[in-house]
Amino acid sequence: MGPLTSTFTRLYGTKGWLALGVFAVVLLVVIPLLNLAVPETSPYHVSTYWVTLIGKIMCYAIVALAMDLIWGYCGILSLGHGLFFALGGYAMGMYLMRQIGREGQYQSDLPDFMVFLDWKEFPWQWWGTDHFLWAAFLVVAVPGLLAFVFGYFAFRSRVKGVYFSIITQALTFAAMLLFFRNDTGFGGNNGFTDFKRILGFPITTPETRMALFALTGIVLIVALLVGRWLVTSKFGRVLAAIRDAEPRVMFCGYDTVHYKLAIWTFSAVLCGIAGALYVPQVGIINPSEMSPANSIEIAIWVAIGGRGTLVGAVAGAGLVNGAKSYFTQAFPEYWLFFLGLLFILVTLFLPNGVVGLAAKLRAMLAGRRPAPAGVAEETA
Amino acid sequence: MGHVVTGELDTTHGTILYLDGISVSFDGFKALNDLSLNIDVGELRCVIGPNGAGKTTMMDVITGRTRPDAGRAYFGETIDLARMNEAQIAHVGIGRKFQKPTIFERHSAFENLELAMKTDKRVRKTLFARLGADERDRIADTLRLIRLDPVADRPAGLLSHGQKQWLEIGMLLMQEPKLLLLDEPVAGMSDDETERTAELFLSLAGQHSLVVVEHDMAFVARIARKVTVLHEGSVIAEGPMKTVQEDPRVIEVYLGR
Amino acid sequence: MRMLRNLCLMLIVATAAYAPAAAAIDRAVVEKLAFGDTSEKLEAIAVLVTEGDPRAAPVLAALADGELQTAEKRVLIVKGDRATDAVTGEAVAPLPAGREDVVANNRLRREIGSALAALRVRAPDRDVRLAAARELSDSADEAMLPLIRKALELEKDAEIRSLLEMAQATLQLRSPDRVTRLDAIRTLGQSSNPSMKTLLLPIVSKKPDGAFAEPDEAVRAEAHNSLKAIEGRLEWGERFGLLFAGVSLGSILLLAALGLAITYGLMGVINMAHGELIMVGAYATYVVQNLFRAYAPDVFDWYLACAVPAAFAVSAAVGMVLERTVIRWLYGRPLETLLATWGISLVLIQAVRTIFGAQNVQVENPAFMSGGIQVLSNLVLPWNRIVIVIFAAAVVTGIWLLLTRTRLGLFVRGVTQNRAMASCVGVPTSRVDTWAFGLGSGIAGLAGCALSQIGNVGPDLGQGYIVDSFMVVVFGGVGQLAGTIYAALVLGMVNKFIESWSGAVIAKIAVLVFIIFFIQRRPQGMFALRGRAVEA
Repeated sequence: MGPLTSTFTRLYGTKGWLALGVFAVVLLVVIPLLNLAVPETSPYHVSTYWVTLIGKIMCYAIVALAMDLIWGYCGILSLGHGLFFALGGYAMGMYLMRQIGREGQYQSDLPDFMVFLDWKEFPWQWWGTDHFLWAAFLVVAVPGLLAFVFGYFAFRSRVKGVYFSIITQALTFAAMLLFFRNDTGFGGNNGFTDFKRILGFPITTPETRMALFALTGIVLIVALLVGRWLVTSKFGRVLAAIRDAEPRVMFCGYDTVHYKLAIWTFSAVLCGIAGALYVPQVGIINPSEMSPANSIEIAIWVAIGGRGTLVGAVAGAGLVNGAKSYFTQAFPEYWLFFLGLLFILVTLFLPNGVVGLAAKLRAMLAGRRPAPAGVAEETA
Repeated sequence: MGHVVTGELDTTHGTILYLDGISVSFDGFKALNDLSLNIDVGELRCVIGPNGAGKTTMMDVITGRTRPDAGRAYFGETIDLARMNEAQIAHVGIGRKFQKPTIFERHSAFENLELAMKTDKRVRKTLFARLGADERDRIADTLRLIRLDPVADRPAGLLSHGQKQWLEIGMLLMQEPKLLLLDEPVAGMSDDETERTAELFLSLAGQHSLVVVEHDMAFVARIARKVTVLHEGSVIAEGPMKTVQEDPRVIEVYLGR
Repeated sequence: MRMLRNLCLMLIVATAAYAPAAAAIDRAVVEKLAFGDTSEKLEAIAVLVTEGDPRAAPVLAALADGELQTAEKRVLIVKGDRATDAVTGEAVAPLPAGREDVVANNRLRREIGSALAALRVRAPDRDVRLAAARELSDSADEAMLPLIRKALELEKDAEIRSLLEMAQATLQLRSPDRVTRLDAIRTLGQSSNPSMKTLLLPIVSKKPDGAFAEPDEAVRAEAHNSLKAIEGRLEWGERFGLLFAGVSLGSILLLAALGLAITYGLMGVINMAHGELIMVGAYATYVVQNLFRAYAPDVFDWYLACAVPAAFAVSAAVGMVLERTVIRWLYGRPLETLLATWGISLVLIQAVRTIFGAQNVQVENPAFMSGGIQVLSNLVLPWNRIVIVIFAAAVVTGIWLLLTRTRLGLFVRGVTQNRAMASCVGVPTSRVDTWAFGLGSGIAGLAGCALSQIGNVGPDLGQGYIVDSFMVVVFGGVGQLAGTIYAALVLGMVNKFIESWSGAVIAKIAVLVFIIFFIQRRPQGMFALRGRAVEA
């Protein structure tokens, strides 16, 4: 058995790979065909609305994966993942704003909001953002660097548990206030919108949308595999050990600061990438993405899907956001009730989420006791 | 911190642990008061003392969990423990067993030992680590030694209390430490298990140095060659079990007041 | 003009009491006023003003209102069908025939306006003087200087004095005489009135063409000195103002965080719905206010006396229900508690939106809480802020007494220190949890009641305070009530201090970043006890 095959079998069993393959085919072949090749009149046509919605949810699923890696596997509840997501989105947004060129309302090289503020040139933060590669670098580097620096100080000072959650929330809150200011240079309240092109292609055509959709699908699958590879490695076992008994890990000779910092930064970068994929698809980014409420909602996606199972995180993001887009249209006034009750009921009655529930049911059907949740994770 | 700031363990004068004038206080309460203690290479030392005597705090100081307010703590002749963190101290060869068994409850017994095993424990290495045949053998040997080989794949949280104690001792052994600190290792063990633990410790002494904190006087009497008595953060008596038991101050501390 | 006349009528009554049976006004002057041409009339007005006889006021007012008439040689003030002699003030009846109106043009009317003000600044009635002084500081001319000076000598009231000084200085600064100007500037330098600054500033500034408005360099230098002197005095006002703003913000933070200090600090429950309990308290206040307005409008000013206990009771009840139904099942699982209580907060927000609507509602201050007290010329302390500072102090004292002097307090402290032991000695731990959580929630309700007096009340009210409250508790040191108090005051001060030179948003960000760094340095907060390292 070569190292490649062993890695292959380590990630998923046959059934798991099969399921993943079906998932990939649906995302990358079936939906694109139904959207682009099937005429709109056909009942099998998948409308652009659905493509955008599913694309958006896949971005959220990547965020949920990132959150699960840090919370589910390492026990660190971050209330700042909305910030990293938004930072990635803003980095991409800057590039998209530059792509508008002179087609804005004021026909200036500068984005409309800068003309409106009577600015004469781009502020320093915008340097190089007309190049896609630089913007792509920022998408990864800005959330990554912020997470690294913040995490380094926090973990080194042994800030943990609820304290860590609260200061990440404070960080997010501070960043939101900062981005609300016009002087910060990112469009204040309104943020960025009215994008026209990406890499020269008009952004609203079905083909561009489908390309972004497919790219998001690929990133999601790759993130899932990389995440799976991480958590099934010895590194992943150390993370779970940190979650369960950090002092013992330290007395075993592991410098837990480095481990936490590694997964924390990776998680933040993943969020940044998700944000960068999100912005061109939904066409807007503004500071409300950084509101503490958004970050905490991410935690509930993961909790409902099942902490410590990557598939659970993805499923949770899909379930909650699917429900959200249904509710906010059908009964907008009840959505918050529903979401609030979800938070309460899941924490009270569903500690292992729907994946845990499914495993329990399966075990009950098979007539054996369920294994303790967590490391011994999804086999599907 | 970051890097491991130490050289090799130097025991040319036969001393492996050297505590000198250590004081620690918490809000005015002196947990350790001018404590001095030397452990020789290969020695098996028992530390006893009433509750609150400072036994656990002493271990905290040695393993880098608590910084002393005053005094010096050296591992061998050259390694200054007061300037290192827990992981670095573990790395230079001090292993610790907690009072309450602390193991990774959701990992299997096998994985517990794998995580404890002496190897390169930096992030990059663990990402790509895979177990070699000799490493599997070592884990299997230890599993047999602590008699957990039948339950190697069971999550450690499902083991009995005594088994957990043994698993933790097994993890210490996998670390291949030069000095083992054991905080109440036989609490909750059956007589049979206690006896086997005593045998294990006696067999370890010689190649390793051991410091055992224990309340079970029968166990201490069984294994001890030299006993140190702590009281209110200081050493009040030190010597063979017999001498210590007859020391009037020790008798007063344990029986008096 | 009607107002002027009314004032004059008051004056007539007033002067009658003020100067009984005094000699008549100079007949010659009055006649000049009545029969002379415009320039003679102006001279007459000037004379009347210089003499400063308050009895001249009705005559001038009558002239301005077209009520001054002449009948042969007599000058009469005619109001309807009654007439009085302008010189002697005696009633004249019946009305003589063949009367002629004394005509006043606009220029005269203008002069009369300020002349009247000049005369009235010596009226005995404070309100009349104040109105007159206001008028003077807006429009006085040089002829009135002596009069103003005379009025200043007699005037005791600080507010009127300040207005008069202002009028005097304005006039003197316009003087062509350099010495007068210098004197005026020196006098201004002794003032601590910020509006005096606005008089001096034009002197030292340049006109658009680049030349100084004030040609004389010595005068400019003096103006500089005076400006500095005033600013120095104003700075004290500003400093005190800043201090008070800091204390005020601190007490608001304290109120918001105090409940959390109990639920989080003592019980270890991460209650993300704390902000919403504040919001519930504010809405309880709103409801009580509406009830008072509807059923007891006479005692509306006292609605707070009912609203304070009501806010406490409603929030405490909500908190106790939450503790019984949700939080109790999550003790020892802080992260789950965090998520569940966040869910509770969403439900509460939506519930309030459904009941009261998504818009902000109006909560009115009782009359005694509007306005403020003037401490320095540039420092007014609003009553509602002062009341909140006092309220916060009272709540802190109350909690301290409750925790240290009552059985419940003893139980709470016992349970927080050693739950198992407390349970063993017969403390009903689970009931104590409920009561303690109710207490923390009730205090949140009190905070809501206080916040309703100074800001908007809406469903999102609490969201703005949750981060702040946690920052205060964490900064002060979890489990330390004294720490919470210090932390709230320090954060309030620091926030206002930074705000004074960088704006509110940056101040807020700076404080958050400061706390984030602070927690890295001292994870246990300002007043942490250094405990024995706990295992695992």
